[in-house]
Amino acid sequence: MKLRMRQAVQKALDDSLASDENVIILGEDIGAAGGAFKATEGLMEKYGSLRVMDTPISEMGFLGAGVGAAIMGLKPVVEMMFIEFVGVALDQLTTQAATMRYLSRGKFSVPLVMRASASAGQGFGCQHSQTLDHWFRGTPGLKVVMPSGSRSAYGLLRAAIEDPDPVIVLEPRILYGVREEFDVDENYRQPLGKAEIIRNGEDVTLVTAGAMTSIAKAAAEICPAKIEIIDLLSIWPWDSKTIFESARKTGRIVTLEESQAASGWGGDIISKVLEQGLDFLKAPPHRITLPDAPIPYNGKLEAKYLPSPNYVSKQIAALVSTNVAPKNWWNEKL
Amino acid sequence: MNIKNEPEAVRRREALKDRIEQLRRMIEIRAVEERIQALFSEGHIRGSTHLANGQEAVAVGIAKEINFRDVVTCTYRGHSHALALGASPESIIGEICGRSIGCARGIGGSMHLMAPEVGLLPTFAIVGAGIPVACGAALAAKVKKTGAIAVAIFGDGATNIGAFHESLNFASIKKLPVIFICENNLYGEYTPIQLSTPIENIAIRGSSYGIEGRIVDGQDIDAVATSISDAAQKAREGEGPTLLEMKTYRFSGHSRSDPATYRPPGELENWLKKDPIKLFSSNLIKENLASLELLEQIKIEVTRKVEKATQKVLASSEPLESEILNHVYENAETKL
Ligand SMILES: Cc1ncc(C[n+]2csc(CCOP(=O)(O)OP(=O)(O)O)c2C)c(N)n1
Ligand SMILES: [Mg+2]
Repeated sequence: MKLRMRQAVQKALDDSLASDENVIILGEDIGAAGGAFKATEGLMEKYGSLRVMDTPISEMGFLGAGVGAAIMGLKPVVEMMFIEFVGVALDQLTTQAATMRYLSRGKFSVPLVMRASASAGQGFGCQHSQTLDHWFRGTPGLKVVMPSGSRSAYGLLRAAIEDPDPVIVLEPRILYGVREEFDVDENYRQPLGKAEIIRNGEDVTLVTAGAMTSIAKAAAEICPAKIEIIDLLSIWPWDSKTIFESARKTGRIVTLEESQAASGWGGDIISKVLEQGLDFLKAPPHRITLPDAPIPYNGKLEAKYLPSPNYVSKQIAALVSTNVAPKNWWNEKL
Repeated sequence: MNIKNEPEAVRRREALKDRIEQLRRMIEIRAVEERIQALFSEGHIRGSTHLANGQEAVAVGIAKEINFRDVVTCTYRGHSHALALGASPESIIGEICGRSIGCARGIGGSMHLMAPEVGLLPTFAIVGAGIPVACGAALAAKVKKTGAIAVAIFGDGATNIGAFHESLNFASIKKLPVIFICENNLYGEYTPIQLSTPIENIAIRGSSYGIEGRIVDGQDIDAVATSISDAAQKAREGEGPTLLEMKTYRFSGHSRSDPATYRPPGELENWLKKDPIKLFSSNLIKENLASLELLEQIKIEVTRKVEKATQKVLASSEPLESEILNHVYENAETKL
């Protein structure tokens, strides 16, 4: 069955609410209105306004309440409509939730999930288009995952809700309306910390995540090089085994990230690959990222700002044919 | 801060001393909002856009009472304020359509309008974010003894954000020259205020911070203006902040194509009876300052002006790609 990602998220929440009475969900306009992106439609009617709760515009208040409720044994799923909004509540996640298990020496835990829409491409401007995984990725105690479509959205969210630690789920907003073939299996889980090889190839390993996964797939269709695509799925902790094995096989590694160059997860992966030794690399590792600038509103500029299949294909073709890392577009003359 | 005075916006601001011009500006705001709605449907506008039709009296009432050197912070629902404060229709429509003639050269979009030459900072798309920034602008005015004040404009929903409470407390204890203006339009997105806020009048929230809170009829430009004038005088005299609650209503949905089906039947119709433009028009007629013919003529002139601005925008260029990397820092290059 073809399912839109928003329907997969809704189904994962529905199934979680049904199977575990400790699951509750909190967020702005998630109840009566069914969510700003319709990912919680019908849930309040089904489970009542105590388990599916509309909140005031008070992110620090309700995210913090999620932390407290999680400590006391509930499994709250808190929705941040846009990931940027967590900025007004960040302490509760990065300083409180992240350290609760550590400080209590394992006596308390925070089985909280924070879902947020993230990513660019729709003209929402620089305060509503970021991914911001790096706000969490560097914080011990938090996990960060990013689905790339309906199937992974379902599997990751269900696994995140069952996980005993705080998990941040970054849902690429641009995918909510995209259909993917997925027959919902209530037992399906996407294990946290595991990546997936979604296309085999011999020339180069391309590690990507979220909305960039479909860009990678489209690039592989037009690129003369044979690309092996790894969908990272878990940004932190990430699956070093799958990545290292593939990189050893192809001898080249490229990351494709919807993050600015200075903060992207690819930097971490590449540095670990390099620490493994250079013996198997035929070409320097390469990162395809966003430039270190905010996201412009204008459509033509936003399209330039984000990696396109064509751009990714050219970058990879250049790397594979020359074994020299190509320049990023912002190092060319505009 | 790096602002060069642009006579056009300042002239538009100064023009608001005249009552007919105030009405003309309100009609202009309405016309621009309606044009933007159409441009959105026609695919010229990306992302989201938040209209303020119905709230015009608040915008023009504020703009006419404060100085163009005063600083204003405002939200994504800011088209009305930008136009009232002096930004030209083409700079606003241009920005919302992402063109280089836009006030931020098409980089910001609908949620990030600005008019630096008349004190409007780029508008804030994070609820509550502009409130402490206004306090900071007021602090700067106090330290530098410029005599300026700052104005924070935000919604009813924003008063449930921590930044609102921290800012009121801070401004009060430091007697900052700031006016907090809440546009209470009864909704935060799709949620009616009574489901998110356990009090009817936001104004009472001032009292716990020792700030005078005042309820104002936001559909009546004269009531708005009087309240602003009083609060501004108080701020300039070193008497600290005021919280003004403008009772108002947005005639459109929250954003984009929100059809606002959550409204109880009859509510919109009741508020349409309190259309600020109609109210002000009939007052001006009663005062013998305007005639029906003049009103008709203003409407025609405004429509023509907005249409001309729209056509200019649609014929204008998109920003250059180099704009993506400009202005991240003053000196540093982003190139790695
Ligand atoms: C911190 C934060 N939370 C949530 C949002 C999403 N959001 C945008 S507008 C809005 C409603 C705000 O309501 P109100 O303050 O009453 O202003 P209005 O839109 O009615 O003018 C919400 C929840 C946001 N932009 N920032
Ligand atoms: Mg409101």
